[in-house]
Amino acid sequence: MSAPGAITRVTLLKDLRLEWRSKDAINSMLFFSLLVVVVFSFSFDPSAEESRQIAGGLIWVAFLFAAVVALNQTWAREIRNQVLDAYRVSPAPANSLFIAKTLGNFIFVTVLEALMTPLFIVFYRLRSIGPVWQLLLVAMVGTWALVVNGTFFAAMSLRTRSREIMLPLLLFPISIPALLAMVQATTSILSGEGARFWIVLLVTYDLVFTTVCLLLFESVLNAE
Amino acid sequence: MTETAPPPIVTVSNLIKQFGRFAALRGVTAEFSAGKLYAILGDNGAGKTTLLRTLAGLNRPSNGEITILGASKFHDICHEIGYMAHPSLLYDEMSGMENLEYFARLYGIAGNSRCAEVIRAVGLDPDLVRPVGQYSQGMRQRMSLARTLLNDPKILLLDEPFSNVDLHSANEMVRLLARARDNGKTIFIVTHQAPLLEDAADEFIWMEFGKIVERTRGLSRGPEK
Repeated sequence: MSAPGAITRVTLLKDLRLEWRSKDAINSMLFFSLLVVVVFSFSFDPSAEESRQIAGGLIWVAFLFAAVVALNQTWAREIRNQVLDAYRVSPAPANSLFIAKTLGNFIFVTVLEALMTPLFIVFYRLRSIGPVWQLLLVAMVGTWALVVNGTFFAAMSLRTRSREIMLPLLLFPISIPALLAMVQATTSILSGEGARFWIVLLVTYDLVFTTVCLLLFESVLNAE
Repeated sequence: MTETAPPPIVTVSNLIKQFGRFAALRGVTAEFSAGKLYAILGDNGAGKTTLLRTLAGLNRPSNGEITILGASKFHDICHEIGYMAHPSLLYDEMSGMENLEYFARLYGIAGNSRCAEVIRAVGLDPDLVRPVGQYSQGMRQRMSLARTLLNDPKILLLDEPFSNVDLHSANEMVRLLARARDNGKTIFIVTHQAPLLEDAADEFIWMEFGKIVERTRGLSRGPEK
């Protein structure tokens, strides 16, 4: 049997290949985020200071909603033709699949963020007073917080009849602490205030939920 | 000197599988020997697919016990089982070779020579670059069978392998499976096309209402009990 790391790698590469060919997740996410940026930029006309206060919330809510699209897609292709059963009957460990899916979603959402952030900066005339590297750090740990739980709950709602509705219902309440930390950290950094507390909170959140998801994923995968 | 029967490769004891209040399997007890081809027959809802999925470790028994190759934990013997379902269990966006390369890695099979070998064995071309989604139903079934053979399992569990396959291809698949049986594989085939297996099957397992009601050597059943 291959090492779990090798299985994670081939599964991740397979997912990237499938997404590259279908572009299901990235197109829907981009379109959705673009709509949010444009609609909100017409709705508000904030000053530079006001932009710094609201941008954190706007950006992360847009990314959270857009991520849900990717999260639904990632498992949808596994239940088409029941391919997931082929994985389940193989000796490959469940957590390799979970980590590969989470990393894949992390890459998709990061690509989205990289493409959308310049637009946010232009539309909201954003200029950070605090260090930009801290914003990058928040983006990384914040994105991980979204996708690790999102991947887990998307797998959990896989066998439910209305999984597109079920995922946000499960994911959003549990993401509130992370979302609060992401928004507060982003706003603090943009305004030049300290964000250390919020970053530590996010890192702790990531560690706790990644561990819990890894411990429970096998049961979720094999649930009937 | 008396000939002793080899120990069964699969033993099912009082197997019950319930989905909510519906019992799909209602106390199945049976032993199956190695190197035989079993055709599992019965009407829709008789429990054939549930039995196969339970043997494949995809359904957990509600009660009863399954022993495969002497092990009762599926994880210990999963590399010895090949499972083919009614859907293809393949990614539509990838070619047959790409699909098989991925599944080969899950079983620790390096390189792609084994993938090419099983694709050729089912009568397809390993160099075909078309995605599986563009295959005909028959080609998809054969590629699905190739995926099942990939890890050279001792036990093959095949659910409706001949559905939507033309008669010529179906007969070729039967010949391939008979050869696999002759090479020592134990094969379980759920099918509604029993006549295809008339010559190849060693035993026909008849199921009704979640139970095995009869086991026959040929396709004709005894008087109804």
